[in-house]
Amino acid sequence: MSQHDKSHDPLIEIRDVGFAFGDHRVYDGLNMNIPRGKVTAIMGPSGCGKSTLLNFIGGRLTPDNGDIRVNDVSVPSLNRRDLYALRRQMGMMFQSSALLTDLNVFENVAFPIREHTELPDELVKNLVLSKLQMVGLRGARQLMPAELSGGMTRRVALARAIALDPMLVMYDEPFTGLDPISLGVIVKLIREVNDALNMTSVVVTHDVAEGCSIADYVYLLGHGRVIGEGTPEQMNATQFPEVRQFMDGLPDGPVAYHYPARDYKEDLFQEWPDD
Amino acid sequence: MTSIRGLGRWVINSVLRLGRATVFLTATLLGVVLILRRFRLIVQQVFAVGVLTVLIIVVSGLFVGMVLGLQGYNTLVDFGAESSLGLVVALSLTRELGPVLTALLFAGRAGSALTAEIGLMKATSQLAGMEMMAVDPIERVMAPRFLAGFVAMPLLAAMFTAIGVLGGYLIGVGLLGVDSGVYWTSMQEGVDVYDDILNGVMKSVVFGFVVTWIAVFEGYDAVPTSEGVSRATTRTVVIASLAVLGLDFILTSLMFSEV
Repeated sequence: MSQHDKSHDPLIEIRDVGFAFGDHRVYDGLNMNIPRGKVTAIMGPSGCGKSTLLNFIGGRLTPDNGDIRVNDVSVPSLNRRDLYALRRQMGMMFQSSALLTDLNVFENVAFPIREHTELPDELVKNLVLSKLQMVGLRGARQLMPAELSGGMTRRVALARAIALDPMLVMYDEPFTGLDPISLGVIVKLIREVNDALNMTSVVVTHDVAEGCSIADYVYLLGHGRVIGEGTPEQMNATQFPEVRQFMDGLPDGPVAYHYPARDYKEDLFQEWPDD
Repeated sequence: MTSIRGLGRWVINSVLRLGRATVFLTATLLGVVLILRRFRLIVQQVFAVGVLTVLIIVVSGLFVGMVLGLQGYNTLVDFGAESSLGLVVALSLTRELGPVLTALLFAGRAGSALTAEIGLMKATSQLAGMEMMAVDPIERVMAPRFLAGFVAMPLLAAMFTAIGVLGGYLIGVGLLGVDSGVYWTSMQEGVDVYDDILNGVMKSVVFGFVVTWIAVFEGYDAVPTSEGVSRATTRTVVIASLAVLGLDFILTSLMFSEV
């Protein structure tokens, strides 16, 4: 019974969120619940605002309307000090990894620890080495970010994201541009880290196979709102055309192949250059 | 009509940018107060911004001093006033050339490097990453760099001036036969600590403040793409150089109008 209650107690609640970049409407009435202690995948085509959502949760962007609550705290209404206090309980792995290029692997992982604690060097060393051991890069601690492969860079970024044992880790496109081995390692690590450290993970991705392989719950975004949700099994079984197009990777369907344009024939006979 | 609209847009954008730069400066100055306890960060940046600029300052100062010695001697000797060579070289350097040329070189060497570094940190999400780690990039990245530039610039200007005086000595005394004692005595008698040296130092302090502010802000405000960082770096050198020359005129008018 208590297990059931916990799974229905969301860590993040997104309520009626609306947001626009200039004239481009990104979100219009977005609602979501991110369950505590689970891996939730947020999927959707490129440009649908998946990364923007992570910026809302982290308080780097504020929605035009609606509310985002993390651990029962309304993020858009936080002042700077409280927002930074909340961020200390969050980790984020960026698509570009965002490692500090002037620091080596060890110092990159040690960075949040040194910035937020006054721990003695010996303890910092032990903490950093334990995180690097988790991602299998303890032996690479002296390397600079420029000396790392794409997969290693993501693993260091992951070690840094969990350096302070946060309650929430957000992954922005963690599978993009990785070879199959590195991809397998990242998939395994996201799951293992989530379970071993008892944290909540939000994985933003457009990679259907990997997203479904690690997620406990999947949200599919489109047209500024959730167009499908469920467990990976439910998502794979759904017959809803928009969800099917995305899950099966079909080039044409409800999401049109062609960018909106005037009639092709009319375009060919138009005087050139046109406006 | 289009050009008027374009002009209006340019004015509005410029005013908005100036506003952003002022807000940024205020936050950076607050950050400087907070970062003072982390002395190591400041020393690292003084090294990157100041020490690595020493070579170009020393070489430039030497050549400028040598040219001043040569040109000054050729002009003064016509009036039989070559004994004032030391004074001419020293006044030119302390009042004008030291602060101004150092600031221009500083904008080209250290300013462009600051903008490119910060712009690239932005383009590669390093600044965003810091924000998400609850570390304020203005306090952690901008403030130490700003303070380092502000501290380094007057020291570099002093170095430029000192080396320039030696360059003038090398040419004037070593090559053209001006008496060594006369070279130094004319300087000692003619250069005033307050009117010349301190005013020159004040200029270099103002230039250091403005050039570093422009460089750090341009990096922070850069469009996070290769082209955006490239444009920001160019803007740093152009705007900082023009600001130095314009401010030099204003400061000179204020300082020396009654001398």
